Amino acid sequence: MIAVIDYGAGNLFSVQNALDYLGLENTISSDRDVLKKADGLILPGVGAFPDAMGMLEKRGLIGVIREEAVKKPFLGICLGMQVLFDKGFEFRETDGLGLIPGRVDKIVCSEKIPHMGWNHLSWNHLSWSHLRWNHLSWNHLPPHSGCPLLNGIPEGSSVYFVHSYMAFTDEENLAARCSYGVEIPALVQRGSVFGAQFHPEKSGEVGLLMLKNFGGLTK
Amino acid sequence: MLDKRIIPCLDVRDGKVVKGVNFVGIKEVGDPVACAEAYNAQGADEIVFLDITATHEHRKTMADMVSAAAKRIFVPLTVGGGISATEDFALLLRAGADKVSVNSAALRNPALIADAAEKFGSQCVVVAIDARKMPDGSWHAYEAGGRRDTGVDAVAWAKRACELGAGEILLTSMDADGTKAGFDLPLLKAVTAVAPVPVIASGGCGTLRHFSEVFEETGADAALAASLFHYKELTVGEVKAHLRERGIPVRL
Repeated sequence: MIAVIDYGAGNLFSVQNALDYLGLENTISSDRDVLKKADGLILPGVGAFPDAMGMLEKRGLIGVIREEAVKKPFLGICLGMQVLFDKGFEFRETDGLGLIPGRVDKIVCSEKIPHMGWNHLSWNHLSWSHLRWNHLSWNHLPPHSGCPLLNGIPEGSSVYFVHSYMAFTDEENLAARCSYGVEIPALVQRGSVFGAQFHPEKSGEVGLLMLKNFGGLTK
Repeated sequence: MLDKRIIPCLDVRDGKVVKGVNFVGIKEVGDPVACAEAYNAQGADEIVFLDITATHEHRKTMADMVSAAAKRIFVPLTVGGGISATEDFALLLRAGADKVSVNSAALRNPALIADAAEKFGSQCVVVAIDARKMPDGSWHAYEAGGRRDTGVDAVAWAKRACELGAGEILLTSMDADGTKAGFDLPLLKAVTAVAPVPVIASGGCGTLRHFSEVFEETGADAALAASLFHYKELTVGEVKAHLRERGIPVRL
């Protein structure tokens, strides 16, 4: 059972529609016991960083998310990915959940903002170099950056983004990025905590496969 | 860089897909959700549902249809037609729309754009403009499904709509619509030059070359077509394969 965390932010139903379509058992909930019992958690989000943190706090969910996210597969989507970091700077400095080291700040580039539309993923090859240090041959490298959500997904696949702020984090937390005048972290991972800046539930077959991969981790 | 988007548009009346030619002489065909699924399978990057009945009673029918589509289709869905208040935005976004397009009501009450952008975010506010060329070479924005000249300069209106918070402009050339002679490149050039948000080109496409032309010669971010896809003259897949051959980035 995957619990989609309900904290008053929109777009819960799109995520639920995708999980239903994939036949992944799920529930939308803000009940701490339900979140504790779930095999996996998804934190969606549309809106502004301070509002999202405020709504999570008001519902008393920050503690339970911090505890549960390190115990089971946890996926933050869009704003739900951004609040995984230590701090956000949208409107004002706000503490995030602190599950992945880094901060969230404005996208600074000469392209149109928001970054809205389909953009191509490239894997973070740093994790490949880690493998090289371990004397693995190139033949044994995985076809992706090692992030299990990317299983079966070809590099260069397009996914759907809508955002004006982006994460700034260390390479070691980065599974995939996209290019938009600047390099934007698209998929981050730290242990069981995953964050997608794009919307897998709006990214066609590729996005559905990522959610299916996430579902596979919860079983 | 972002992919250029190919967007099939479904004109819906009383819950059924229809396609008007030059905004008159409407023919009826098909179930909107089934049509949308077919486009999704062809690789559509987004799907637009345009409610051409656009009456208050039909808003609920439209919301039910969007809700059914959102259970089967996992690309962005845009809904428009007869949107007159932020309550309409709320209803359709709750039903599963990702963006709502507003046309006549925004011309009558531009504050609607700002209100909707503030409540729901600019990313879901699409301002649709139906433009017709005037003898002096400028374009006027038309309202009421292209029936009435507002006297408002379409290019200036596009700029103003963006300042108010529009996240995207859906620009239909009434002169090109239904002609299959190609998109209205001068109009698109004029609007993309002043709009700091994505512009969707609409009206006039009839061949593969028209799609590559609009991306090569104007700043358009997406191209929309209704009858061309509806009557299977071209598929979304064929259009994208052509764009890819021409070196234009598309999602495959």
